[in-house]
Amino acid sequence: MPATTMSKAEREQSHARVFDLSQHSLRELNQALHKLTPGSNETAWEVLNPKGSHSVAVGVDQPITIDVRGSVGYYCAGMNDGAAITVHGSAGPGVGENMMSGSIVIKGDASQYAGATGRGGLLVIEGNASSRCGISMKGIDIVVHGNIGHMSAFMAQSGNLVVLGDAGDALGDSIYEARLFVRGKVESLGADCIAKEMRPEHIELLQALLDKAGVTGVKASEFKRYGSARKLYNFNIDNADAY
Amino acid sequence: MCGIVGLFLKDKALEPKLGAMLSEMLVSLSDRGPDSAGIAIYGAATGNEAKITVQSPKPDRDFRGLDADLAKAISAPVSVAVKSTHAVIRTTPDKVDAAREALQTLRPDIRIMGAGEAVEIYKEVGLPEAVVDRFDVRAMTGTHGIGHTRMATESAVTTMGAHPFSTGADQCLVHNGSLSNHNNVRRELIRDGMTFETENDTEVAAAYLSNRMAHGKNLGEALEGTLSDLDGFFTFVVGTKNGFGVVRDPIACKPAVMAETDQYVAFGSEYRALTKLPGIDNARVWEPEPATVYFWEH
Repeated sequence: MPATTMSKAEREQSHARVFDLSQHSLRELNQALHKLTPGSNETAWEVLNPKGSHSVAVGVDQPITIDVRGSVGYYCAGMNDGAAITVHGSAGPGVGENMMSGSIVIKGDASQYAGATGRGGLLVIEGNASSRCGISMKGIDIVVHGNIGHMSAFMAQSGNLVVLGDAGDALGDSIYEARLFVRGKVESLGADCIAKEMRPEHIELLQALLDKAGVTGVKASEFKRYGSARKLYNFNIDNADAY
Repeated sequence: MCGIVGLFLKDKALEPKLGAMLSEMLVSLSDRGPDSAGIAIYGAATGNEAKITVQSPKPDRDFRGLDADLAKAISAPVSVAVKSTHAVIRTTPDKVDAAREALQTLRPDIRIMGAGEAVEIYKEVGLPEAVVDRFDVRAMTGTHGIGHTRMATESAVTTMGAHPFSTGADQCLVHNGSLSNHNNVRRELIRDGMTFETENDTEVAAAYLSNRMAHGKNLGEALEGTLSDLDGFFTFVVGTKNGFGVVRDPIACKPAVMAETDQYVAFGSEYRALTKLPGIDNARVWEPEPATVYFWEH
């Protein structure tokens, strides 16, 4: 995945605080980000040479922008609360885990359990996401331009998962109230996940998400909606013999 | 956890650097497994020479005079190149079985790491950095190789419990994960004539593949069989005399990243392992699909 590089002029104009991970430790970066207080002037950050490092820019709680130039390893941007973080490369497992608010954009692919347990904010993956995307999501919005792997949205509780490509096996297994929108084919649906009618309010909601994620040339009407059949919510006495 | 790497060269110009590249990849994953580390490197097979990599707990005692003793026992020329606790014994291909048998009486404490026309295997307890230094792996040349750094789960932290495991000529395997039906599969393989050195689950996977290939399957078909016959978590990277393969179980929770350019195919448990490879910024980088066999052959 080629890392996007800024021209010299763009870099000078951006006034970003540049943090080179080949010169400084990851801990220095994350501590500097955690020290930021409301109203700080250091609102634009650029991280160079991540080279697959784990936990890049986790736990940021200020509304700043962070551009990571290259691919990252595990848990990038986890627990993000308000920052706009862009990875100009691919992300390893657990990107944006438990995001609270803000946005994360992955220009490449994301590995397993992207956006897991996320409570809010927007995660955009411009490539593909692998297995367990949005597992146990609790309010986050996830937009994937490519495909997602198996067991995605497992036990998803709330929020929206939008997939422009295809979904793997067992989509939405044991899902609660999250909404799943898939434009391509779904390999199979998990337990208690069913296709649902796209009503005008869903078209409206989906169009707003596509707009927010910068998706163009794709209509909300091209998607199918999936969600919970709500059959697992209560114990069915007829199944008592199974236990 | 464990970390695994693999590198299959397409560009001959990189062959002198194989050991250095593979060492760099393995060392970058040190924090995925500090218990033991190992590496298997395939050099070009000449067809008229076989190599047996052996290990001894007392190398000074066991390797002294081994060349002469073994040459006499098997009536064939033998050379022995000692590297720390390991030694590579070279002889003619038709004498490998005789040499294995003779070693049992000549040097009963010697353990065989692997044998074949191309492969050399080095593994020891300790961090990857210490292991690649001990065996001077960085200086090795070759066509392809695999490596492993171990965080033990299924059996003891010993030299023999380290990966790669080799159970057939020029075949070896590294594994991230754990198998749950290995005792049963081991029993079935023993019944079919396979022998085992350890109680380790990964040795069973290696022996399974050797057994399938001995029954006429190619590497791809043997790997395909793991998906139905082995139960548990696995990402396997496998080497043969001229090939290199990867397979992940259907759940695929053990991480894997691959990269391919005109010069090589590379595997790493994490992208970190690939960052220093030449041309990586423009390589095709992808996550291998679950339950899908990938293999390349020269």
